[in-house]
Amino acid sequence: MTALETDSGLGVKVGAFEGSLELLLHLIQENQINIYDIPIALITQQYLETLEQMTSLKLSVAGDFLVMAATLIHIKSKMLLPVYETDEEEALEEDPRHELVARLLEYQKFKEAAGTLESYETIWRQVFVREALLATASDPSEEIFLGDVGVHDLLKALQKVIERLPNKDILTIHNDELSVRDRIGFILSLMEHEKSLLFEQLFDGIETRYGVVVTFLALLEIIRLGLIKILQVENCSALRLMSTDNLVGAG
Amino acid sequence: MEDYEIKPIIEALLFISAEPIFIDRLKEILVGVEKKQILEKLFSLQEEYTRSNRGMQIVEVAGGYQMTTRAEMAPWIRELEKIKTASRLSQPSLETLAIIAYKQPLTRAEIEAIRGVDAAGVLKTLMERRLVKIVGRKEVAGRPLIYGTTREFLLYFGLANLTALPTLKEFSEISEREAEPERDAEQEMTMVVGV
Repeated sequence: MTALETDSGLGVKVGAFEGSLELLLHLIQENQINIYDIPIALITQQYLETLEQMTSLKLSVAGDFLVMAATLIHIKSKMLLPVYETDEEEALEEDPRHELVARLLEYQKFKEAAGTLESYETIWRQVFVREALLATASDPSEEIFLGDVGVHDLLKALQKVIERLPNKDILTIHNDELSVRDRIGFILSLMEHEKSLLFEQLFDGIETRYGVVVTFLALLEIIRLGLIKILQVENCSALRLMSTDNLVGAG
Repeated sequence: MEDYEIKPIIEALLFISAEPIFIDRLKEILVGVEKKQILEKLFSLQEEYTRSNRGMQIVEVAGGYQMTTRAEMAPWIRELEKIKTASRLSQPSLETLAIIAYKQPLTRAEIEAIRGVDAAGVLKTLMERRLVKIVGRKEVAGRPLIYGTTREFLLYFGLANLTALPTLKEFSEISEREAEPERDAEQEMTMVVGV
């Protein structure tokens, strides 16, 4: 049975070579050959022997091996031809093995570098670092120092927003389109995306006293339900809305 | 800030940080302290850790400084906690990564020319592990993609930066080196662990 035969020890060994350069380097090292003076007849013979054992390999892989086999045979035949040049330098330059040797050296270089990387990998897998702290991962650091906020602070903040309203004489026709319920939904959806918001941000785009009051009522309702809390870094600084676990859970 | 205050602050910052801290970041935090002074304290701290038989070490990795456990502590750490470690890189992956690390940026065809083997699968794996990324296109016919290593690459191998990679050795030097493998392995250990 051929299937069994290709599973033999030799087959396994051949399968360990990913490419022809790797196999060639292996043969050179195994025979303790000087890479700059490869006995091409010997290597070609060993290479072809190995190739014969590779019948079980996929064609795409074998293709690369066959190209190398052809290259080796080509070099071998070239070297059998008599060389007429007496100039040694020129003869060296025209060594048919030259290109192959250059490729092997280049590959060998990176194979060694890969070995070095592997040794780094081995060591660095034994080295551990701290995992990111959960608290610092989610909140900006400034919010760690926040204190609780009273109704008084809320009203002061509201006063500021009302003072900022642009023109008190705007004629409001569709003022009934804003309801407390709408504003609750709006604030909650905002809080779902942002973990924390500035108090002022709630009033972005609102230009009437009515709108401000509705939004403020909505905010009070949300606080009453315990879905968010309001915090302040220090007296008179900006108020910050933070979602509570209730909101996160409900969402 | 008093001079004696700087070192313990640096130590605390290194301890608490999950990522390597850049010198520039330390300079931002330590307002008014010169970069030279920070480096001085940092190296002194690093030296203290090395000298006094600690379980921790301070190493330069991926352009910053980080406090890590020492490699020798690994068996006990694994005893304490189950730690998930990614699987080791395969030989083809390591070879491909070495080529990219030294010759970046380069195209897939250029990688394949060196290894003599198709690189598509390996490149995909390396990109999934975020060790390699596409850094652009080469301005030649067909504008092929060019690849380079990532910050994760440095973190994975514990390298301070790309220049910390050992220089590529020529074949003859490698042969000589193989004669004294033990001494060399020791040197590599020293370099990587940053002792």
